[in-house]
Amino acid sequence: MTTRKFLQTLIILMPMLSASGYAQQQEVDTWQSANGLYSVMVKSDLNPITINQIHSWTLQLTDAQGQDVTGAGITVKGGMPEHNHGLATAPSISSQGNGSYQLQGLRFHMPGYWELTLVITHEDVTDTVLITLNL
Amino acid sequence: MSNKHSGFSKPILAVIVLLGIGLLTSAIMIWWPPSPWSDAEKALIASLWIGNLPPVPDNPANNVATNADAAELGHALFFDPRLSSNAQFSCASCHQPEKRFTDGLAKARALGQSRRNTPSIVGLAYSPWLYWDGRRDSLWSQALSPLEDPQEQGSNRMAVARLVTEDVDYAVLYETVYGGLPDFSNQDRFPENAGPALVPGFKSEWARAWEDMREEDRDLVNRTFANVGKAIAAYERLLLPSASRFDEYARSIVQNNEAPGDIFNNNEEKGLRLFIGKGRCMECHNGPLFTNNEFHNTGILSAPGDLPDRGRIDGVREVKQHQFNCLGPYSDAAPNQCLELIHAREGVELIGAFKTPSLRNLQGTAPYMHKGQIVGLAETLDHYNTAPFAMIGHNEAENPLGLLPYEVNQLEAFLNTLSAPIAVDQRWLQAP
Repeated sequence: MTTRKFLQTLIILMPMLSASGYAQQQEVDTWQSANGLYSVMVKSDLNPITINQIHSWTLQLTDAQGQDVTGAGITVKGGMPEHNHGLATAPSISSQGNGSYQLQGLRFHMPGYWELTLVITHEDVTDTVLITLNL
Repeated sequence: MSNKHSGFSKPILAVIVLLGIGLLTSAIMIWWPPSPWSDAEKALIASLWIGNLPPVPDNPANNVATNADAAELGHALFFDPRLSSNAQFSCASCHQPEKRFTDGLAKARALGQSRRNTPSIVGLAYSPWLYWDGRRDSLWSQALSPLEDPQEQGSNRMAVARLVTEDVDYAVLYETVYGGLPDFSNQDRFPENAGPALVPGFKSEWARAWEDMREEDRDLVNRTFANVGKAIAAYERLLLPSASRFDEYARSIVQNNEAPGDIFNNNEEKGLRLFIGKGRCMECHNGPLFTNNEFHNTGILSAPGDLPDRGRIDGVREVKQHQFNCLGPYSDAAPNQCLELIHAREGVELIGAFKTPSLRNLQGTAPYMHKGQIVGLAETLDHYNTAPFAMIGHNEAENPLGLLPYEVNQLEAFLNTLSAPIAVDQRWLQAP
């Protein structure tokens, strides 16, 4: 099997492997912003992340040099692109100081592929972080 | 030669052969034994198993939610018709235990006819939202609304508070549960009947009497009234589903990693496969209660003669400003414990959206949907095959499922395996 074929197979299989409802979400995960300006370390207070339970995440925001970014404005939007709908809740983000933010009020109400987009603005510099989950 | 002999022309023979092939294929499709479950499918089945149902979640807004005496008090109140203005209707008049706490009607009927279908109470303690439109956020605040609804029990909070503190049996239990008994004996301060004007024009004399009361007296009545709801909620928390035939099947997959041959018949097993696959049912009917307790517009047509129902879009506005919500003065919760209410979403997706009901125990709870628009299970499944345009808002289930008639039968057969008795002692299912 060529590498490409293997990757294709993997991509096809991924949603099935993770459609378990008990997907093995890592406790801590780090995501890079689209233009590489920020990285966000995500820690969920619900492990593993399961459907139909409201919970919160802690976000640790750092810049490209790895320095904590405090006082950024962060908004969150999310949903299931395959089903053309948004989140079941209206989550909020509050700053906890030292580059730490609390994302409160998340609840995923369907198994499947979810996307969350964080729009991060700090000192007039904006970048977005796409976080994906399979539940 | 043979054509002439048999008397069939070539085209007719071709049609017969094709029909034969078609019938044979259908028969094979229906009778062919199901293939083994994949690991992903086994995980989906496990996620529906009642053994994976977590304990009933805490309700920080109700300090007596797990108090045994409160459940006894709530049990008695649930079945007491004196909680209605004509002493004829109790909670159990519409939430009938023998019909799994529904009433068999399209729309509930007590003093008058209410707007919507009576939902079951079994397993509702898991739901962050109550009512088809989620206009309450706890069992206890929900339990209070019918008491003052002119179409339902049509009473008022002063009369209810008086009953629960002046009836000797109730007074003893009330004092045990709440550690004190309010005194409403002063008729100058506490009239026989009083309550806020919730419905314009209904019993304006009760509303005037309420307005004339001192604020601290109204507060005491509100608190006592809220406590009635909290006791009823403590009772309702006990009403949980028990393991059904499906759960036996799922347990075997979870514990032995294989599906036994003698629990499901061929049709039921194929129905399960459709449920977790092509039927896409689990997009909303997920988890061990077969519901995400969330709000969806699935294009259910309004009942004949009814305007389209706006559903959750109105429900979310009502719950956010309601006096008896999690953030209100009669809630026992700290504000940071009201995550669902604080983060309740609004928006156009909620126009014409209604709460996903559990699919456990559908037998005996027809008719279905928020106004009882659909009489049978097969018709319900056909609805998702048709996927009509929503009358208002947008039908989320807009792609027809394309289920063939025998697949509808298989799904229905599977859904009927979800029936099981309510998991409480019989004494809770009748008046004390």
